[in-house]
Amino acid sequence: MIGGLSIVFLMTALLTVAGTLAAALLRNLVHCALSLTVTFAGLALLYLQLDAQFAGFAQILVYIGAVAILVVFAILLTRGAGIPEYRSYGSNWFAGLAIAAAVFALLTWAVMKSFPATAAVASSPAATVQSIGAALMSTYVLPLEIVAILLTVALIGAVIVAMPEAKVSNSLTEKAGER
Amino acid sequence: MTPLAAFLIVAALVFAIGLAIALTRRNGILVLIGIELMLNAANLNLIAFWRFAPHPEALIGMMFAIFSIAVAAAEAAVGLGLIIAYHRHSKTTDLEAMTRMKG
Repeated sequence: MIGGLSIVFLMTALLTVAGTLAAALLRNLVHCALSLTVTFAGLALLYLQLDAQFAGFAQILVYIGAVAILVVFAILLTRGAGIPEYRSYGSNWFAGLAIAAAVFALLTWAVMKSFPATAAVASSPAATVQSIGAALMSTYVLPLEIVAILLTVALIGAVIVAMPEAKVSNSLTEKAGER
Repeated sequence: MTPLAAFLIVAALVFAIGLAIALTRRNGILVLIGIELMLNAANLNLIAFWRFAPHPEALIGMMFAIFSIAVAAAEAAVGLGLIIAYHRHSKTTDLEAMTRMKG
């Protein structure tokens, strides 16, 4: 215990922040994607320390299993994007960095100034998969349906956006020519 | 420092670095990575507040986090699809060269 925090928490927090920093600073895009995966894994470990097993495993499945792979695919498909290696930051990077530092300072100030919770913390909340499933099927069934529709629409939309559109534009120009 | 404050500060760090990535990097894919990191920091906040709340058995923060993960996955798919479509037209993912959307 260092300052009231366990060693395991400090190590996972360090891993998470180090992965995030590496994603911000590395020049090679593939290295950025790999350090992003480290960050996702660290966040999943933090969820597990918070007794949120379901969210932790969902994080591993969704982020490491799907989003990171998607990012790597996008990087490989857009290889040779024409950005010179020595200028991977925008021209107004200083303003962006200042805004980010100001946001971090504000958040930290708010957290440190706030009163600690006085209510007793439950020793181990019973967030079993069974109770989560029951809540999803009873209290949260309407949001669940909306998320299902959102995912369907988003996936169809992503496929349509990324689809080659040569055929569509050809038929459109042919129709325009017939008129 | 209480455990809740420690988790919140880790989330604030991840959020700030994600914001810095989204604001300073030139590659569109990296900007999407920064947005994903910010969403993840918000999820960590939600789960930390859920864990240290007086009634964690109500599962409210957990549900927020699960729905947020689903929405973030949809956002990543659409964002990367847009970047790939733009790259097919103009052969670049450089945000400073992306000055027009019309193919």
